Amino acid sequence: MAKQLITVTINNKLTELYVDPRESLADMLRNDLKLTSVKHGCDVGECGACTVVIDGENFDSCIYLAIWADGKSITTVEGLASLEGELADIQQAFVDDGAIQCGFCTPGFIMSTLPLLNVEEDLSREEIKKQVSGNFCRCTGYTNIINAIEHTREKIKNDRDSDK
Amino acid sequence: MYDFNNIYQPKTIEEALKMKSEHPEALILAGGSDILIQVRDGKLAGCDVINIQPLNELRGICVEDNGSILIRPLTSFSHITKNPIIEKFLPALGFAVDQIGGPQIRNIGTIGGNICNGVTSADSASTLKAYDAVLEIASVDGIRLLPYADFSKGPGKVDLKGNEILTGIRVPKESYENTYGEYMKYSVRRAMDIATLGCSVNVRLTDDKKSIDRVRIAYGVAGPTPMRVPTAEKLGNGKVITEQLITDIAEAALTDVKPRTSWRASKEFRMQLIKELCKRSLRTSIKKAGGTI
Repeated sequence: MAKQLITVTINNKLTELYVDPRESLADMLRNDLKLTSVKHGCDVGECGACTVVIDGENFDSCIYLAIWADGKSITTVEGLASLEGELADIQQAFVDDGAIQCGFCTPGFIMSTLPLLNVEEDLSREEIKKQVSGNFCRCTGYTNIINAIEHTREKIKNDRDSDK
Repeated sequence: MYDFNNIYQPKTIEEALKMKSEHPEALILAGGSDILIQVRDGKLAGCDVINIQPLNELRGICVEDNGSILIRPLTSFSHITKNPIIEKFLPALGFAVDQIGGPQIRNIGTIGGNICNGVTSADSASTLKAYDAVLEIASVDGIRLLPYADFSKGPGKVDLKGNEILTGIRVPKESYENTYGEYMKYSVRRAMDIATLGCSVNVRLTDDKKSIDRVRIAYGVAGPTPMRVPTAEKLGNGKVITEQLITDIAEAALTDVKPRTSWRASKEFRMQLIKELCKRSLRTSIKKAGGTI
């Protein structure tokens, strides 16, 4: 099938590339752009290992066509750390809280937390769990993942308060 | 790589309708969270699709001049839940679609896709049935309006002809005004699970809040298609609210339903859920409407 030109902002970089209309976004990110934090887990939108953020919302990139990304802005875990390699708060919290064991689900989890991190209103633990309820982890038992998200939100809140 | 034979890419609704009339066998690809999975699974491998996902004209929610709420079919579940019009006038629908899948699925899944699939477990279906939604269905020949009540034709079958596309879902003002509803879903997991049973109830009370002026009850998975229970509704309309009335309505609902045994649950368990969820949703709806039991 003839490839199609799309324009997409990936991790703040405007990118033009040719994609097959049958290609999933997960395949495009992994194969064409070598962004291998995006994992193929179930490939049917159940496990969340391929989660990326598109225009501020989290999506399973395995069931998202690459052509749908035309004109959109995508974030993957590769776009989080600073250019000097300093981890983002949420990444550091996952390390500090022991929220990572095998690590396969971690990029997807971190992407699902992004829309939640800067929400200013207080969120209950249940509300945080709901936001990551489309991501599966077979190692950690989830507790430390939820802790890491709570700690990151606290840190961001404190940083915000000290700026005021 | 998804195994499409052809992927047609319209730029406008008009182009989409023209493509649908030229290729009536092509599937409408909206959010893809059902079709793409079945393509990958092989069930729909080699199919033709019309990719309407980028058509923003088919997205959004507004109140029309006559007070109807118009939901365009490509509106995602999460956008329905967060929409101020829905929060104000149809919170039961916003809640119902917030019970689907997980956050990622609610960001991509569309309400149009949910009902055009025609499955009985669709979480939006019972609430749209309970609010007497009217569908706007378009083809190159024009537009027809169809009560959602007449849309289901059997499991996975809906009244859409080969050249037609769903372009709007309307809830008339008379249907949501002074009306309070509740959706309850029973599923084994609280996320990423299909309803074992879904029940959507709404009531409009009399001015003194002592009687039910109108009650509407609809179910998912209580039969081969999403369904209303007319016997139970008729029994409740115009009656003074009592705990006995709620029990009687729930008992009457059992006469209208046809649940079956599946690997998810037995028929007997579903009958129990049909009764119990009806009672609970009724009580909550009545309380939301300002009534006491």
